[in-house]
Amino acid sequence: MIDRRFFLKSSGLALVGGTLLPNVFVRMANAATTKGNKTLVAIFQRGAVDGLNMIVPYGEQAYYAARPTIAVPRPGAEGGAIDLDGFFGLHPSLASLSPYFEDHSAAFVHAVGSPDATRSHFDAQDFMESGTPGVKSTEDGFLSRAVGLKKELKVSPLRAVALSPAMPRILSGGAGAVAMTNISQFGIRGNANVSGGFESMYAEAVAGTLGGTAKESFEAARILKSADPQKLQPENGAIYPNGPLGNSLRQIAQLIKSNVGLEVAFADVSGWDTHAGEGGAQGQLANNLRNFSDAIAAFARDLGSRMGDVVLVTMSEFGRTVRENGNRGTDHGHANVMLLLGGGVKGGKVHGKWPGLGSQQLYENRDLAITTDFRDIFAELLTKQLAVPSLKTVFPGYEPKVRGVMSS
Amino acid sequence: MKRATKLLAGLIAFVLITGATSDNKLTDRQRALHALNRLAFGPRPGDVDAVLKDGVNIWIEQQLHPEAIPDRAVEARIANLTTMKMSNAQIVKTYYEPVLMARKKANAEAKDGELGDNGKKEARREFMRDVPPDQRPQNVMNDLLTERILRAAESDRQLNEVMVDFWMNHFNVFAGKGIDRFLLTSYERDVIRPHIWGRFEDLLMATAKSPAMLFYLDNARSVAAPENRPMVAQRFGRRAMQMNPQMKSRQGGLNENYAREIMELHTLGVDGGYTQKDVTELARVLTGWTITGERDGGQGAAFIFRPMLHDSGSKTVLGIRFPPGGGIAEGEKMIHVLAHHPATAHHIAFKLCQRLVADDPPPALVDRVAAKFLASDGDLRETVRAVISSPEFWDPKSYRAKVKSPFEYAISAVRAVNAQITDATPIARSLQQIGEPLYGAQPPTGYSDKADVWINTGALMSRLNFALALASNKLPGVHGDVVALIPAREAADASHSVEALAQALTGGNLTEETRSIIKSRIVERKAPAEDPWDNTQLPTVAGLILGSPEFQRQ
Repeated sequence: MIDRRFFLKSSGLALVGGTLLPNVFVRMANAATTKGNKTLVAIFQRGAVDGLNMIVPYGEQAYYAARPTIAVPRPGAEGGAIDLDGFFGLHPSLASLSPYFEDHSAAFVHAVGSPDATRSHFDAQDFMESGTPGVKSTEDGFLSRAVGLKKELKVSPLRAVALSPAMPRILSGGAGAVAMTNISQFGIRGNANVSGGFESMYAEAVAGTLGGTAKESFEAARILKSADPQKLQPENGAIYPNGPLGNSLRQIAQLIKSNVGLEVAFADVSGWDTHAGEGGAQGQLANNLRNFSDAIAAFARDLGSRMGDVVLVTMSEFGRTVRENGNRGTDHGHANVMLLLGGGVKGGKVHGKWPGLGSQQLYENRDLAITTDFRDIFAELLTKQLAVPSLKTVFPGYEPKVRGVMSS
Repeated sequence: MKRATKLLAGLIAFVLITGATSDNKLTDRQRALHALNRLAFGPRPGDVDAVLKDGVNIWIEQQLHPEAIPDRAVEARIANLTTMKMSNAQIVKTYYEPVLMARKKANAEAKDGELGDNGKKEARREFMRDVPPDQRPQNVMNDLLTERILRAAESDRQLNEVMVDFWMNHFNVFAGKGIDRFLLTSYERDVIRPHIWGRFEDLLMATAKSPAMLFYLDNARSVAAPENRPMVAQRFGRRAMQMNPQMKSRQGGLNENYAREIMELHTLGVDGGYTQKDVTELARVLTGWTITGERDGGQGAAFIFRPMLHDSGSKTVLGIRFPPGGGIAEGEKMIHVLAHHPATAHHIAFKLCQRLVADDPPPALVDRVAAKFLASDGDLRETVRAVISSPEFWDPKSYRAKVKSPFEYAISAVRAVNAQITDATPIARSLQQIGEPLYGAQPPTGYSDKADVWINTGALMSRLNFALALASNKLPGVHGDVVALIPAREAADASHSVEALAQALTGGNLTEETRSIIKSRIVERKAPAEDPWDNTQLPTVAGLILGSPEFQRQ
């Protein structure tokens, strides 16, 4: 059955007349069937998405001066941005996220990023995922450290799941995260003696890398087998677009609905390194953004009222140059933009202090400057969404500032 | 007497299994196994004995000179792959043009009718269906995957294939980016393979002038800012160019992508001491290094230097000043400088040691190998020899200390059961599931050589399922006979067959615990009289051994 209120919302009727409704997810939290389990879903846009074309500062003349062929036009013009607050606008390909911003369940943070100056994809991703910009010796990921701090009586082997073929840096470490690409194929294709045999072998091999990871693996496979989440069809008419992100989010939704104890889910999506032929309102980036937006919108729609207990956040290693390069693309830059969506998000707002795009205001005379450390945003999410007791070891040596992106 | 024999047998078994010896050195057998695991894609049945026949050192010396190993059997198989002998231009003409034609036709149809995005896609697919099977674009990648897998599994030049894997990964090019799937055949055959035993500078120069790399890291599109191109500036006036951004953009300009990655990934390393300014200046140096197109007289998809697109201004990279008007020689000079830089020596030495010795290689070893690299003018044979001949390589601490990468794992399993490959594509598909699709690394970093990246739960499950499928011949086109791996009289007995298979597949490295788990789970029946041992369980036993923690190591 489709929840009537959700139906109103998803059909867009709730937005008629521009009335700003209170956060729909929070309003519907009573109807949620997540048993009060909170989940944080983090999405990494690998390759450095061009945040300036994602959330367009159309109020800045300098933006148009710097991007003669790839700027997104102002709202109202053909292919123009979708106005958010009179200064920023959504890339038109992000239209499917617009209703969530309108009803205050989605927010953006602009000019956010990792303070380290590196423009290496590899280093910048590493710093962002380890949660220690500038420090290479950190061995584990900050989400792993955060999850590990939560002392719970019964820990689910599926509390932290990465939808990716290899364990991402952000979840590596002692929290016992699980990485998989296909939840329906996660398990041994053999009889009980075969899978039991493997399980005993790896239990014996406790020393070293192999034993530790295997234990959670077998337990997770058992739970997945009995919960059978892949049988759950998308609800509320949600249609996930084809592609890796839609695939990952569809499966994360299945895990959330099956109440297997998921606290942190991670997925990554690539194809953002637009050095050439980036395009403006249409083109390469526009196509990628449409898929990105539609996948996230489908996820929110699929979960419906359960979104009251879920927050989805996006990140990317650094932004891209303010000026377009010689190939109608952009090179590696500095600050970027993050999306927050879900219950408890102070939505309908573009958070963060805007540093401006004037040549004096740019970082190293070429990039958007950082005014918000990405750790501030995660600190708030970890504290308020996941109730992580302390952040001292999550972001060692850093005192996060409260930016007020979540209601308490 | 009898008791002494038993004791001796027990001692031999102990040594075989644990590898422990009194003087804490590897035994000859262990040395052979170590060499076959690290310098080859694992042993096939009989390989350890074959290596021991002339001694490990002679085998290594042969492997360091692959050109002297005939390798006729595998060459004959590769010769059957149509695209392997074709040039970039031929491949593009035969396999890419039908794609372009289909696109053109679909676009034309879309203009006439009411086709949306999906309709256009469908129309394109429809036109692609008309392309004869022997001209379908996927043939190119299928041939290349087949070639790579066949060579890794069956070539006698095993160290050569290990180093091809290493350098293809070091100079990674992603098949999923644009036309690169048509350029990788020549990239591997003409750019990487001929240079991996020569000087590093030649290898680096070959990659820098390869269409595959020029396209992948966008240098093919990087041109001088218009005001720095003499002809353009003369025609429009330098100031006018600077004033009019629209005109400037139409003329193209700088792209930093390759300039950054050649320093960060290919040579100096991320801490190699270059700045953002160096990146931009090197990008200027490399402007005009691009790929030929149709207008270049049919010689499509080859390297060309276009002086008209080269930045004619003065530049400074890593403290080296280039006066105006240097042309292609500037880039060649910088590649020479980068190839001989101490930071490069260290970076390459570190990566080689990480691949061949340990995830966290001893710094002293890396320093020695780097010194060899510098002293030998970047001679890659001598540099690799310095790694292999080091005490650290043969240290018991290095023995079985590395976890196999997905490619190493899958190929070593295929070799261990002596499987015959008639179709390599199921193996390529499995590699995708285990997390290392060949030619499929999107970021320029390539794949990691460290265990903790590879060993995570999802990938581990995929490894175990691959092992079971391989051993029970459920991978179509890959056929092994595990019963044939052990003597018939051993196979007739349940317990003996486990011991014999363990010996055959892991060279005695399966622990007592693992063997007893397999026995209790699979072969020890409650009522042997009603359910006698009959060999049909052997593939399952082999699958468990290939999936065991011990077989994940090398």
